[in-house]
Amino acid sequence: MAVRIAVSALALALSLAAAAAPWQSTYVAPPSGATLIRNATVLTGTGERLDGADVLLRDGKVAAVGKGLDGGDAQVIDASGRWVTPGLIDVHSHLGVYASPGVTAHQDGNEMIDPVTAQAWAEHAVWPQDPGFETALEGGVTSMQILPGSGNLVGGRGVTVKNVPATTYQAMKFPGAKQGLKMACGENPKRFYGGQGRAPMTRMGNVAGYRQAFADAQEYQRSLDKYEREKAAWEKKQGGKRKGKDEGKADAAPTPPKQDLRLETLAAAMRGDVLVHIHCYRADEMAIMIDLADEFGFRIAAFHHGVEAYKLADTLAGRGICGALWADWWGFKMEAYDGIQENLALVDRPKNGCAIVHSDSAEGIQRLNQEAAKAMMRGNRAGLAIAPEHAIRWVTANPAHALGIEDRTGTLEAGKMGDVVIWNRDPFSVYALAEQVFVDGALMFDRAHPAAKPRSDFMLGQPGAQP
Amino acid sequence: MKITKLALALGFAVAGNTFAQDVLIHDATVHTAGSAGTLEHADVLVRGGKIAAVGTNLAAAGATVVEANGRPVTPGLFGGLTGLGLEEVSLEGATVDSAYAPGAQVPPMSLEWRPEFDATLAFNPREAPIPVARVEGITFAMLAPGASVPGGNFVAGQGAAITLDGRWDAVLPASRSLFINIGSGAMPLAGGSRAAQYMLLEQALREAKPATAMRDGDYHLLTPAGRETLARYANGGRVVFRVERAADIRQVLALSAKHGFKPVIVGGAEAWVVASELARANVPVFVDTLVNLPGDFDQLGARLDNAALLDRAGVRVGFSQAGDATHNARKIRQLAGNAVAQGMRWDAALAGLTRVPADVFGLAQEGRIEVGASADLVLWSGDPLEITTAPEAVWIDGRAQSMRSRQTELRDRYLQRAGITPPATP
Repeated sequence: MAVRIAVSALALALSLAAAAAPWQSTYVAPPSGATLIRNATVLTGTGERLDGADVLLRDGKVAAVGKGLDGGDAQVIDASGRWVTPGLIDVHSHLGVYASPGVTAHQDGNEMIDPVTAQAWAEHAVWPQDPGFETALEGGVTSMQILPGSGNLVGGRGVTVKNVPATTYQAMKFPGAKQGLKMACGENPKRFYGGQGRAPMTRMGNVAGYRQAFADAQEYQRSLDKYEREKAAWEKKQGGKRKGKDEGKADAAPTPPKQDLRLETLAAAMRGDVLVHIHCYRADEMAIMIDLADEFGFRIAAFHHGVEAYKLADTLAGRGICGALWADWWGFKMEAYDGIQENLALVDRPKNGCAIVHSDSAEGIQRLNQEAAKAMMRGNRAGLAIAPEHAIRWVTANPAHALGIEDRTGTLEAGKMGDVVIWNRDPFSVYALAEQVFVDGALMFDRAHPAAKPRSDFMLGQPGAQP
Repeated sequence: MKITKLALALGFAVAGNTFAQDVLIHDATVHTAGSAGTLEHADVLVRGGKIAAVGTNLAAAGATVVEANGRPVTPGLFGGLTGLGLEEVSLEGATVDSAYAPGAQVPPMSLEWRPEFDATLAFNPREAPIPVARVEGITFAMLAPGASVPGGNFVAGQGAAITLDGRWDAVLPASRSLFINIGSGAMPLAGGSRAAQYMLLEQALREAKPATAMRDGDYHLLTPAGRETLARYANGGRVVFRVERAADIRQVLALSAKHGFKPVIVGGAEAWVVASELARANVPVFVDTLVNLPGDFDQLGARLDNAALLDRAGVRVGFSQAGDATHNARKIRQLAGNAVAQGMRWDAALAGLTRVPADVFGLAQEGRIEVGASADLVLWSGDPLEITTAPEAVWIDGRAQSMRSRQTELRDRYLQRAGITPPATP
């Protein structure tokens, strides 16, 4: 008995040692063989359109893109008449944190107990059994950022995941992707807290709230830096003692500052270790948030929703800030009153413009291609001449850039993850359907084999849902 | 741009006024949404606001000729069940008139019953969302009392169709309908149980149509006006039920048969489950074809081919949106296109945007291109169900509609990168 306990204790110790550090991704690319997708119209995501081209997937990666590729032993898919794009990426999803069915128990996206909850992480609320993941996959979505809601000035950390069926969120977590920081401008925080007679009650209060939080984080960072300096000095001194005459004299090690989960997140954002994503509708408020970023020395990855981003397009492009936008939502609140259908096209227009089609919706994420199509058409009718090979970047390369994963996915270039969609026709059509969706080279969805598609535990045995 | 050429060809000013004119739309692909189906290289002649002729080689005889060059022409589209003209900014209560909810602060059992509530009295044709929808080819819509709102009643009151050309008297009277919400969304307004909804409805109907003489003290739910209203609908009147769950749809069919309602199902996420019963009862269904997730436990059976399955079973299918149907009314076209992608017949999908809602809501003049019908027409840049097409011109009662809206004004200001210039500079 004693021996057995000792053995299991040893096993436990070994397994702890072998386990990944807490909160790290445990994602493992699904097993895949080599696949040659032949003779398709390929939108590479780099701005190119290749007609009659092949895409070779091998070892989970894009191995080559071009005409007349030799696939060797690869399984060949004849994609004549079909279109191939990178897997789509949604920079703004609440799948898992506002899961279907939308029951009270699934309202996990807004920790509205305080206007600044930077300590909250969306990933700790992601329910991997949300059936919205599999329907998004059927719409060609292979990666997404899941964010906290916009009820707070600072809602917490977002997480980027690969859209694969999993029992744990850790097994979906995009390896190596930075977390996001969700912040919110405007009406939502002040409506909720102001309605309770607390700050923020006004947009003034909103900005005061962000500034105080970041000022506190600066102080926290200073205390961390001070500790690191003292620790280095102490260690140096200890090292010196061993050889010198002071050996044996007690000298207390410096005490680290108490870990503050809230300020830790904000400090990480200021260091660039966490990417800042801001829910912000009005152009004037975006300009205010840019000043905030300058005051505290952080970079803004993207403004989300940005119904008025078109009014500030040149500034956004000049600052390298993406606009993550809807094709046509407007009017549901005052800060959304000035929406126009050319918003994406106008944000895209300047040199280095970074337009992104985002969903913020379990329905919209299934049709990012349709939303991009509408926005492309509006740009074209306004005379901006936007081709499909360019517009596809709004749902592939550009969101990958905003998420800091553009070196891994978002385009069909050799060495990138094998995240690929085969469409039955031009994806910029209401009639287009994703026929096959690959994640890291593995066929995860095949419209021809509905029985094999991913299915959340929740949907099992529900009468009559779509097979 | 084609639209500019067309504007010049028609000779209408861009600034918003409309005028009646005899028009010959020449060489169009005419989708009649009627028994004539689609006519290639056909002409549509409009006189006095009505469709005077549909055919080939029609003589213009003084009418302004619009060259369609083979492009599609459809009837003006139905915008769904909306708050167009009742709702300017959804979250600003002072701009929203779609619901009667006096009980926001009182317990559910003391809710007011006001089926006589008539949302159309608040209609304001000057609201910004109307031109935003109209330039996208939406020419008529149902003004629907708001869905279940806190302090309201699941019997939401009455609404009617409106024409969207901006006229004051926009209500199309034959379309008047009563709206009732059934299911989990409305449960808080019925003591927490959907069974209580049916119980309360039966009580209200008993008050409206008493089997035996009743005294004043016997009435607990309805005012005299409410009793008159409900009695009218219980005598073959049209009642729009917002309902999702198959079991509830069956209760609605039974309730309607028992009390003489002419039911219309809206939502109907699980309608495909009871498609044959709906077909037998000739009850139309207005679906949101983008709803395929179990948004709640009423919609566990939601699926993308709901419309296709209903159509195949012989049910008349129209479209209506679950989301912000007022500001996004123009998105209804995308619902129809997606239905086709999921197997619905193209003609049936177009009918779901035109003929079906017109017929269901008693509008014999709308939703069709036929001699004698209102000249509510849209000329499209391409396939009207496709998302990369747009209207080139819109007519209501033969009047060419302005293709401007608040959104096109904003677009043109920022398209020019105006920057700050002294606005008074000539």
